[in-house]
Amino acid sequence: MTVPAIELKGISKSFGPVQANKDISISVAPGTIHGIIGENGAGKSTLMSILYGFYKADKGEIWINGAKTEIPDSQAAIAAGIGMVFQHFKLVENFTVLENIILGAEDGGLLKPSLAKARKTLKELATEYELNVDPDAVIEEIGVGMQQRVEILKALYRQADILILDEPTGVLTPAEADQLFRILHRLKDEGKTIILITHKLREIMEATDTVSVMRRGQMTATVKTSETNPQHLAELMVGRKVLLQVDKVPAKVGAPVLEIENLHVTDEKGVERVKGINLEVRAGEILGIAGVAGNGQSELLEVLGGMRPGTGSIRLNGSPLALSGAGSDARARRDQHIAHVPEDRQREGLIMDFHAWENVAFGYHHDPAYQSGIFMNNAALRADTERKIEKFDVRPADGWLAAKNFSGGNQQKIVVAREIERNPDLLLVGQPTRGVDIGAIEFIHQQIVALRDQGKAVLLVSVELEEIFSLSDRIAVMFDGHIMGERLPHETDEKELGLLMAGVDGKAA
Amino acid sequence: MERPLKMDKMPKWADVVLIPVISLILAAILSALVIVAIGEDPVEAVNLMVTGALGSTYGWGYTLYYATNFMFTGLAVAVAFHARMFNIGGEGQAMLGGLGVAMVCLYVPWPHWSLALLAACAGAMIFGAAWAAVPAYLQAKRGSHIVITTIMFNFIAAAVLNYMLVNVMRPQGSMDPASARFPEAVHLPTLHELLAPIGISFSKAAPANVTLLVAILACFVVWALIWRTRLGYEIRAYGHSETGALYAGISPVKITMIAMLISGALAGLMATNNVMGEAERLVLNSTEGAGFIGIAVALMGRSHPFGVFLAAILFGFLYQGGAELALWTSIPRELIVVIQALVILFTGALDNMVRMPLEKMFLAMRKGKA
Amino acid sequence: MDFLTIIQVLDSTVRLATPLLLACLAGLYSERAGIFDIGLEGKMLMAAFFSAAVAAVSGSVWLGLLAGIASSLVLSGLHGLASITFRGNQLISGVAINFLAAGMTVLIAQDWFKQGGRTPSLFAGGRFEPINFPFAEALSGVPILGPIYSELLSGHSILVYLAFLAVPGTWWVLYRTRFGLRLRAVGENPAAVDTAGVSVVGLRYAAVAICGVLCGIAGAYLATALQAGFVKDMTAGRGFIALAALIFAKWRPWQAMWACLLFGLLQAIALRFQNIDLGGVVIPVQVMDALPYILTVVILAGFVGKAIPPRAGGEPYVKER
Repeated sequence: MTVPAIELKGISKSFGPVQANKDISISVAPGTIHGIIGENGAGKSTLMSILYGFYKADKGEIWINGAKTEIPDSQAAIAAGIGMVFQHFKLVENFTVLENIILGAEDGGLLKPSLAKARKTLKELATEYELNVDPDAVIEEIGVGMQQRVEILKALYRQADILILDEPTGVLTPAEADQLFRILHRLKDEGKTIILITHKLREIMEATDTVSVMRRGQMTATVKTSETNPQHLAELMVGRKVLLQVDKVPAKVGAPVLEIENLHVTDEKGVERVKGINLEVRAGEILGIAGVAGNGQSELLEVLGGMRPGTGSIRLNGSPLALSGAGSDARARRDQHIAHVPEDRQREGLIMDFHAWENVAFGYHHDPAYQSGIFMNNAALRADTERKIEKFDVRPADGWLAAKNFSGGNQQKIVVAREIERNPDLLLVGQPTRGVDIGAIEFIHQQIVALRDQGKAVLLVSVELEEIFSLSDRIAVMFDGHIMGERLPHETDEKELGLLMAGVDGKAA
Repeated sequence: MERPLKMDKMPKWADVVLIPVISLILAAILSALVIVAIGEDPVEAVNLMVTGALGSTYGWGYTLYYATNFMFTGLAVAVAFHARMFNIGGEGQAMLGGLGVAMVCLYVPWPHWSLALLAACAGAMIFGAAWAAVPAYLQAKRGSHIVITTIMFNFIAAAVLNYMLVNVMRPQGSMDPASARFPEAVHLPTLHELLAPIGISFSKAAPANVTLLVAILACFVVWALIWRTRLGYEIRAYGHSETGALYAGISPVKITMIAMLISGALAGLMATNNVMGEAERLVLNSTEGAGFIGIAVALMGRSHPFGVFLAAILFGFLYQGGAELALWTSIPRELIVVIQALVILFTGALDNMVRMPLEKMFLAMRKGKA
Repeated sequence: MDFLTIIQVLDSTVRLATPLLLACLAGLYSERAGIFDIGLEGKMLMAAFFSAAVAAVSGSVWLGLLAGIASSLVLSGLHGLASITFRGNQLISGVAINFLAAGMTVLIAQDWFKQGGRTPSLFAGGRFEPINFPFAEALSGVPILGPIYSELLSGHSILVYLAFLAVPGTWWVLYRTRFGLRLRAVGENPAAVDTAGVSVVGLRYAAVAICGVLCGIAGAYLATALQAGFVKDMTAGRGFIALAALIFAKWRPWQAMWACLLFGLLQAIALRFQNIDLGGVVIPVQVMDALPYILTVVILAGFVGKAIPPRAGGEPYVKER
């Protein structure tokens, strides 16, 4: 039997009272692609960050190529031949590719010889692995796919034999992802060992030789990829049978509630993120927007929610909405009966240090029901909070708890309760179940469907295709600021949507 | 049972009371060491300070006079802190507030001090707020770092005041860079004059005056504003999360401007005490660094008006006590500057040094119980 | 204004720009590494006192310089402890350091020398003497170039030349060495440095230490070269003008030198002339005093090119979860 390239034995790690990894053991054979799959927050990234010396384990041992190895910091990991591509790239934005590659791996005190050597090595690596990049390009001026290559090159330049990739496809189109997997296979053929962290079953099935499943900080199973199937892995991930389908009656579609015509959005950096889209959402239907993160969906939601300006025309129930200047802010949107469950509840939807009862008024703090003269009527607020906590089964049922002390699912329930209980004409929902536990996912999905059944319009943005399929009555795909096409869920499949998400028009192709 | 994401690491009372108190004790220990190094007895020094600052109505009169200044500047820093801004420009805003007060007192004939005080408050607030308005606007609209701009505005304020006193407000024939004396009618009643009618005898010579009541009122108003009004809700929400504010329809520009204007107005208000209540004319360097002490007071008071009130009295005590020390021992007045520095250091910059061991302790205690 | 007056004003510009330049470069190292430092003033003041005190007692200006640097380094260490190790607020730490220096210098001065918070005046040996270039005397008669050589260039203390040599030195370190690359990287994205196997803490402490050394020299220059001894609050806001110059220069070494020379010139003019009469419009001296600060606000406002600080500046480095 060959000596494992990596062996972790009994790794445990806590952050304060939260235990992220509990007694984890895993063994990875050399020259293989080993997948680690689990839900958000299952502890995958923490485990790999420990292997890379970014965090220090509280307990446990690391064995590399059969030798017990101490990895107190990233330097030790690099010395042990480990390279890591983080989910959020660790690049210096205003440095060139070359400068980023030599950073920390310079030869001698002066830069000139180091840069010359790196330039030569880079050329060799480029031909060996088909990893072409312009060494003099500045990071902030190249695309994310290119930046990811720089990260891989950084590891190879340090002569890594073991490469860890943390959710590498989150920012990539399916085509870019395919290319990445080709590169990974090539690296594997050259004898490198690769660990792929992901929460996407498809990637695991396509790319890996072996897969380990994590759930709530524990390793639940390690199996050969060829001997398993997605349904089985999903069960291992969540710990029980998953209901991929939401029960819902056919939509009773009414008049158009939201009509978007030729909407353009330019971000703070002057980059056009939404490039003239047309959409319609009708009463009683859920329109799902699918797409890879970063293709303009967030900006679309933010314009509709009054968080950033745009140009074009938007009508709500026939009357136009302001897209910039007075009357275009989030307060005006709420006054016009648009509710918004934002993509990032921790940075947007909640004030994490506020009590739950303060958060229940967040965005609606102008409501006359919450006022008493020149002061806010905190008693009314707390009473309202109690009602919502009960109705939405928020746990613990304590309005005085700060938002940060609730679990992800319960935080989201507070947001959803606040927004849906306003009985809006239009509900905007972004990534409703990101970082939310399975139980809460079902509940939140039911609430969204219930609102639609009351004849309200819902615009759903999600990067999870599964969620899009199970909730939407109609699906629009966004790519590079454009709507690539609209489909009905029962008339399409993941493959077709995947092509659209990559910017390939399914009909033309 | 679901696992919470992040538990509070320790109870709130520990955060609000224990940490400032421990920080204060650390600052006190270091100060005692300094006193020992100078060759004086720290116990004796504390005795002298307590007697000098709290042992007589004269001492109390000075302690409360200084405390009045610090309440205003401490509140100013605290309000800005709630909107997550560090207003280091209280000094300059208070200087300009002095200019406002002087103009109100010198150029309008007032029939009674009470009317004059109302107008002086308005003048001080308007001038102080105006001096905060430019940095606030640049922060809100152009993203210029408010800490740097307010520092710059302190220096510019000093130049403006210098110019006004030397070239404009100096009475003819006077060599002093100072304004003329304010007329008798705008003389503010001291605590002696206020307390005499109700049979309490208070030192005649001490400068504490009716503006102490204004300062206490300001503490109440700020408390109500921050924790009971919609504006306060918006200021706190913005201070915690700017993207959150945007989501909730709270305008970052508006909150930045309003919070800084309130902050500047509060700093400016200090001038009713030191310029109108004490000096009764405008002199150079009338603020004597009180704008900066506001930073220590706000940090110590955890940005809560009641905390600011207590911390201001503590610093008032230190100031008066320090002056007494300088009088009777070889310890210079600058000892208070050192104590002030240590308080800012421990309650502000080295907060984590005090906090981390405490959090560990509370965590261990909780685990022990569970 | 005759030629000699101009030369004299420029000569005093160089003298007055020197402490600004040293402090400005000090701030540059620190802030380029992501540690904001509004405590330059305090470190200079502390160094000014200790250099003057030790020079007065020992009679050696070199020992004084060392003492100045050492005292400034202690405050740097404190700033590092607060902002790097304990991840505290860098601005608040800077404020505390300024007050600590303002208080401690007077406290110690009074205890040691009992002269109302000042040190005894320094005499020969206790001060940095001017260095006269060869033939300075002989060439002073040559028109135009003579006075420039003998008055403007020659006759400064060694610290002045050191300060101006530090400008190309800093440029070289920053852009041509491994240390400079890492320093700039840690100010832009410390996580990149950390994951590349380089210690963020080590780099930042190194930067803060260099800052301390340069502030120490700046303070020593004030008390032992520009003036002859320490007086209370003698830095008089120079640390903040240096900070202003740093922003004005957008954190770049050559530009820092020009900014410091400009602000030095303003000080020299304010020192020499009280009110300046520009064809009927009288500019009061206070305007000259305030000008560096006003210019900095204008630059910060982004009306004349935007000043973008290092991206990770002011933020303590915490590994993200």
